Amino acid sequence: MSERILLSHGSGGLENHHLIQEMFVDAFSNPTLCAMDDASVLQMGTMAVSTDSFTVSPLFFPGGDIGKLAIAGTTNDVAMRGAQPQYLSAAFVLEEGLELDILRRIVASMRTELTICGASIVTGDTKVVPRGAVDRMIINTTGFGTLIKDCSVTKIRPEDHIIVSGPLAQHGACIYAEREEIAINGLISDCCTLWPAVKSLLHADLSIHAMRDATRGGLSAVLNEWALQTGYNLMVQESSIPLTKQVEGFTELLGIDPYILACEGVFVLAVEPHDSSRVIELLHQEGHNRAALIGTVKDRAVTDKNPQVILHSAYNTQRLMEFPSGEILPRIC
Amino acid sequence: MLKAEQLYTALRDPDKIHAMQRIMDRLAQNFTHPLRIMEVCGGHTHTIVKYGLDQLLPDQVSFIHGPGCPVCVLPQHRIDAALQLAARADTILVTLGDMLRIPGTQGSLQQARASGCDIRVVYSPLDTLKVAQENPDQCVVYFAIGFETTAPMTALLIEQARQRQLANLFFHINHVLIPPAMEMILAKPECQVDAFIAPGHVSVITGSHIFSPIVHRFGKPLVISGFEPVDIMASVERILRQLDQSEARVENTYSRSVTKEGNRKAQTLMERYFETRVTFLWRGIGAIPCSAVQLRAEFAAMDAEVRFVDYCPAPETESEHGCICGAILTGEAHPRECPLFGHQCTPTNPQGSCMVSNEGACAAYYKYRRDQ
Repeated sequence: MSERILLSHGSGGLENHHLIQEMFVDAFSNPTLCAMDDASVLQMGTMAVSTDSFTVSPLFFPGGDIGKLAIAGTTNDVAMRGAQPQYLSAAFVLEEGLELDILRRIVASMRTELTICGASIVTGDTKVVPRGAVDRMIINTTGFGTLIKDCSVTKIRPEDHIIVSGPLAQHGACIYAEREEIAINGLISDCCTLWPAVKSLLHADLSIHAMRDATRGGLSAVLNEWALQTGYNLMVQESSIPLTKQVEGFTELLGIDPYILACEGVFVLAVEPHDSSRVIELLHQEGHNRAALIGTVKDRAVTDKNPQVILHSAYNTQRLMEFPSGEILPRIC
Repeated sequence: MLKAEQLYTALRDPDKIHAMQRIMDRLAQNFTHPLRIMEVCGGHTHTIVKYGLDQLLPDQVSFIHGPGCPVCVLPQHRIDAALQLAARADTILVTLGDMLRIPGTQGSLQQARASGCDIRVVYSPLDTLKVAQENPDQCVVYFAIGFETTAPMTALLIEQARQRQLANLFFHINHVLIPPAMEMILAKPECQVDAFIAPGHVSVITGSHIFSPIVHRFGKPLVISGFEPVDIMASVERILRQLDQSEARVENTYSRSVTKEGNRKAQTLMERYFETRVTFLWRGIGAIPCSAVQLRAEFAAMDAEVRFVDYCPAPETESEHGCICGAILTGEAHPRECPLFGHQCTPTNPQGSCMVSNEGACAAYYKYRRDQ
């Protein structure tokens, strides 16, 4: 019978010690973590910090797994602020009965993903809860990074160009299809660490005002949040938004808007117009081949009206890009 | 071979759209009075608003949105039946996703599910067979909704349930019929409809011939349309040509899917299991004679309305909370004319039927054109 997580693995005793040592410390080994003190001491300048908890079903999906997601998701958030991700905490809430092999695969995947941005896990925690209390596992990671160039939504200005780094909705569509057992070949999550691309952008002396990864709520959530936070209307050209054929087919089939589905490896940038072609060029060089200019920041919204994200169609008609809300439900007929 | 994506790329081609727009502008020069074209399918409403096709019409021509959403027209007491059935300890309620948010007297199915009721959403009605087979100790009630489009799938589910002798599967039938609703709208003295864009998916099942009596009786052009922008624009163009020639005919621009006779196999299935109700209450509109189907009496043992009669409340007078759904559903008012639109009534907190479903006219305007 395969080895499984037992309640005693979280008891603070010998089994707990062994699990931490063999499962986590060996995999994430670095001097700070290996000191095994109650807290780690970090030497850093001005920092960006971000935390996120990860729960996904299925744990493994085409293009990634919960471990890859837990590292990429948090380091991406740190990178979006214009900081280099360096240190992470990792806390695991494990369900009694979880197969150790599954945990091992996920930890290995986290380790691989960490090497991409060169960050290290410097503190961690493990809890085991009775069967049924969580769906196999929840991972929380907090990321710390040194600020290189402060990017923030407060810096967005009228006329800024809006760029996306790649085709949208791949993660959301992939997970949705996996859960509902809808087989579409080539529907793969875009889950990836964005730091290599962000690094070249930050070191290239470009006027990047804001960056945000288009996770839950997709492109639509990012742009609507930006509109609300800045008070500016945003204009997006629908025909410029990159989508893969698989995502287009999938969302077409179910009648779901691809703009509200999550990405885990695509970000949105607001940049000064004169730098936008250079930004796109750099993204292409970094392997984000379908990075594209999709719109611009317009004037401040008229008082008493909410700022809007307006989609321009190829027919010269306009409509709103809606703020995602409610459960995502396919249409009846 | 033509690939699926080439099909829809061609049906969204901006050059074709602009060419048709020019033809319409030319035709419209002959019309001095306003022309109102009603569509009676939520899918059409959705395409029109999503792609902004109304913005492309000549000034004299406008779309008005009819009762094209089967969830929106479902009256309160039918939703309450779903809620009461779901609340039974030994019952699993199975339905399609759009039903979840629609508010009954005591909350929605979504809220009922959160408070512990066993409510399952299926993509295909046939998935209900599995639910019934896996839960032999539970009563499984399939809450069937939709126009003529989805009714044959329910009939097929009934047939397969009988073949498998599933004694724990019951049916609450809420299938409504579109032609009687169109006749009701046209018969009103205040009717403003000059022509119809007729529903594509309904016609796939029924065939285009079912609309001939309406066109004969009321003398209004009617064009059956597909759901892509080019389909709808082509249908409007055909309507304007008919009006220009003072004609009223049934035309079909969705001939890639719709025939004159329709899907005979689906019709046979429907005839086997369903009979027309004497009358049915439409939310926001009122009672329309012969506008829905029910299970034939010989299948009463499977009919949830018979088996669980105490859980199915009788129709009563509607109380919409100050909204004007009835006028919107008959094309007499525009969603934005409703005082609740976008304030008290939103998709997350719908007050009236048109805001409830994704296919509803108010939901479409809220989603795509809120402040414009």
